[in-house]
Amino acid sequence: MNVEQSAALNISAEEKKRLGKGERRIWKKNLFLPILDNNPIALQILGICSALAVTTNLKTSFVMSIAVIVVLCCSNVLISLIRSQIPSAIRIIVQMAVISSLVVVTDQVLKAYLFDISKQLSVFVGLIITNCIIMGRAEGYAMQNSPLRSFFDGLGNGIGYGIVLLMVGFVRELFGAGKLFGFQVLPLVSEGGWYQPNGLMLLSPSAFFLIGILIWILRVVKPDQNEAE
Amino acid sequence: MEEYASIFVKAVFVENMALAFFLGMCTFIAVSKRVSTAVGLGLAVIIVLGITVPANNIIYNYLLREGALVWTGIPALASVDLSFLGFISYIGVIAAIVQILEMFLDKYVPALYASLGIFLPLITVNCAILGASLFMVERDYALGESVVYGLGSGLGWALAIVVFAGIREKLRYNNIPAPLRGLALAFIITGLMAIAFMSFAGISL
Repeated sequence: MNVEQSAALNISAEEKKRLGKGERRIWKKNLFLPILDNNPIALQILGICSALAVTTNLKTSFVMSIAVIVVLCCSNVLISLIRSQIPSAIRIIVQMAVISSLVVVTDQVLKAYLFDISKQLSVFVGLIITNCIIMGRAEGYAMQNSPLRSFFDGLGNGIGYGIVLLMVGFVRELFGAGKLFGFQVLPLVSEGGWYQPNGLMLLSPSAFFLIGILIWILRVVKPDQNEAE
Repeated sequence: MEEYASIFVKAVFVENMALAFFLGMCTFIAVSKRVSTAVGLGLAVIIVLGITVPANNIIYNYLLREGALVWTGIPALASVDLSFLGFISYIGVIAAIVQILEMFLDKYVPALYASLGIFLPLITVNCAILGASLFMVERDYALGESVVYGLGSGLGWALAIVVFAGIREKLRYNNIPAPLRGLALAFIITGLMAIAFMSFAGISL
């Protein structure tokens, strides 16, 4: 434990109150900043691997987002709790062990209660282990900060990730199959309606285009995120 | 033989790890600014996939799957199903093999180690590596098939990143609108490459 942390433990009630306000501000910052300003997918280039494959429809995107949020929050809190006990030489392995145990639990829960969706997600539930967001936040945030702060950091980053997933899933399902959450929104030509589904939306290239366009739009709105090249 | 060729071609082109399954995307985007580094990383991925997929295949078939422990001869173990331990075992095997490979290269092939060195530890968290093992289990490959699949998917990934790095090198001389620079354009190029690779889908051996 470093000096700053031990100092933070021996503080008077008044200071605690003042600190409480600051603490809440940090929680708020950790929660909201990753959603738009520092989005894990759009800016930090983390967790793209699994983000794209599961977004052919909203249902799987939603379940995947929830799974990632749960694993991210739990892993951040757990790693933050044991952060002063982890020898730095083997920290990656310890983090891996914590994360993969959590993913095993998530996978078993999904298999037990949402078997169909778990089948659709196929290997991508397991790939949460190597999802760079989780390792990235564990290594970059939870290793240096208190459990509560890490929890909000995990929640914020998870939501930031989930929002991108849901946006991509929304567009792909709506234009690819004319459905939202499995309900027919645009009546298909093959069923007597007017909408001719765009098959490309259900294939992998469309996910790349959509994320690319999403980042493009985000950076037009927020020019400070542009890359100098 | 034909079966192996079919798995190989499928793994390299049709079901390309990076372009069809989005695996290893983080490194794919981050380490593709120069062709020479992309070649180094691609090589490392081929080697690691070629070793870890068969290794995990052995682990799965002789330790984890239902009835895999029959070879021990202990009747109580004959019907044990440890497949829920899959994820932890695979990632452990991958981390261990990468570590061993790193030490081995450092000792015996220093030239290769110098060029791959920085990429090897990165590879442990590359989803393409774990993804290939999980696909191998899901598709129930035998040992021989898993060797071919590991090498093929590694080659496919390497091919994709080298081509992508080549395109990005050329892009440096172009005047790209500021918001599109870097990440956004990288995704769109990858999308176009994915479409190009989809044209291989008709190949069947």
